[in-house]
Amino acid sequence: MAKPDYEMTWKDLEIGCIVTEPGSASQYKTGDWKSQRPVWDKTRCIKCGICYLFCPEPCIGQDAEGYFENNLFYCKGCGICSKECPTSAIRMIPEES
Amino acid sequence: MSRRVGMEASFAIAEAVKLAEAEVVAAYPITPQTHIVERLSEMVADGEIDAEFICVESEHSAMSACVGSSAVGARTFTATAGQGLELMHEVLFVAASSRLPMVMAVSNRALSGPLNVWGDQSDVMAARDCGWIQYFAENAQESFDLTLCAFKIAEDPQVLFPVMLNIDGFFVSHVVEPLYLLEKEEFEGFLPPYKYPFPLDPRRPVTMGAFSPPVLYTEARKALEVALQGTRETILRVWKEFGDRFGRSYKPIETYRTEDADTILMGIGCYTETASVAVDTMRARGEKVGMVHLRLWRPFPFLEIRAALQGAQKVLVFDRCIILGGPGGPLCSEIKSALYSEEKKPKIFNFIGGLGGRDITPQQFEDMITRGRKILDSKVTVEYETIGVRE
Repeated sequence: MAKPDYEMTWKDLEIGCIVTEPGSASQYKTGDWKSQRPVWDKTRCIKCGICYLFCPEPCIGQDAEGYFENNLFYCKGCGICSKECPTSAIRMIPEES
Repeated sequence: MSRRVGMEASFAIAEAVKLAEAEVVAAYPITPQTHIVERLSEMVADGEIDAEFICVESEHSAMSACVGSSAVGARTFTATAGQGLELMHEVLFVAASSRLPMVMAVSNRALSGPLNVWGDQSDVMAARDCGWIQYFAENAQESFDLTLCAFKIAEDPQVLFPVMLNIDGFFVSHVVEPLYLLEKEEFEGFLPPYKYPFPLDPRRPVTMGAFSPPVLYTEARKALEVALQGTRETILRVWKEFGDRFGRSYKPIETYRTEDADTILMGIGCYTETASVAVDTMRARGEKVGMVHLRLWRPFPFLEIRAALQGAQKVLVFDRCIILGGPGGPLCSEIKSALYSEEKKPKIFNFIGGLGGRDITPQQFEDMITRGRKILDSKVTVEYETIGVRE
């Protein structure tokens, strides 16, 4: 996108709102309206990757040590990772705190 | 040169689609549109036209297929009527907002219920806000000419909108009339090849129909509205170019004996041709009446309407549709809206009739004018009156 969407005027839009730049959806911040976010407890994590597989966004990746972490730019706070984690290593905490 | 033939308007539209060399026709048969697509499927089967005829299972699928074929850059045509148009409803908006050129003929038909396959304008009026260019042809010749113009308008790089060509179901669609068909050689050069600026093509990927959050939707709708209003110039230019080349010109509205008229009757579609007989009869008696019929419905021709009606004292608007629970007929409602802010404006009254295929005779149009004048001379207490209804 040439400009951030909140700066675009009606004249800046492509005809029929066609998106001509492939992959531009990655610039869309889907994580700005979550009410809770996941927090990993590394002492419980067994690096099984269930959270990575189940994340519908998918915004969970691995750090250098192989532990899982998520990208809050995209995370919508759905809580599926926390629900599915077999060792209860992921806790959902309110977004305010 | 032009061939003079006797032909139904439905077949004349099929001839125009053939002459325009449409590449995809996706349609579902429905009365009174059937003859258009029957003839086209024959033409495809007989190899008269090199097009793909997609037999779909519903009108929703027909319009969806048209969206797809227009998006890959194929010249696209469909036709429908009544319930079929309403089944397409949600996809009509997608075609327009995605700015996908295509041409659709609609044989105007009443809406259920009760179930009725005959003509009125309830179908198009229920779809008037879908963002298409919409206009009306009153006879077979206009149906042929305006279908050809529709492709040129829709595909113009300054336009890129779908165009809906409306004809009155049965009264136009099924009536055999004399008309001139253009030969391929003389039509050559009028309609340039269709080139969509962003066709779906794996070599140049684009996303069509993406969603738009609140931060962009208002801008998107404003852009769409400005673009649709902006098609006006091209529509006028194409109609003029058609007239210059082939001798038959079209305008957003037509006026008939309106100079010095104190009372003007207004309507849409072929019933206005019947009404012109009433105008002639009353003129012969020395009454100053005239008629305006509207051809271009979207974008609405505000300038022409204001200019044509400004001089009259009384305007009687004839609608073939009721806005249920609303102000009466859609045409009258919009005429009133177009004139409300004018300093000098006529008094307006609305008549509704010709619903579900009901005839309106010249005598009834005369009665309408006489009665309308009387109503407007006294205190108007109702929004409209219904012609010929048994009380």
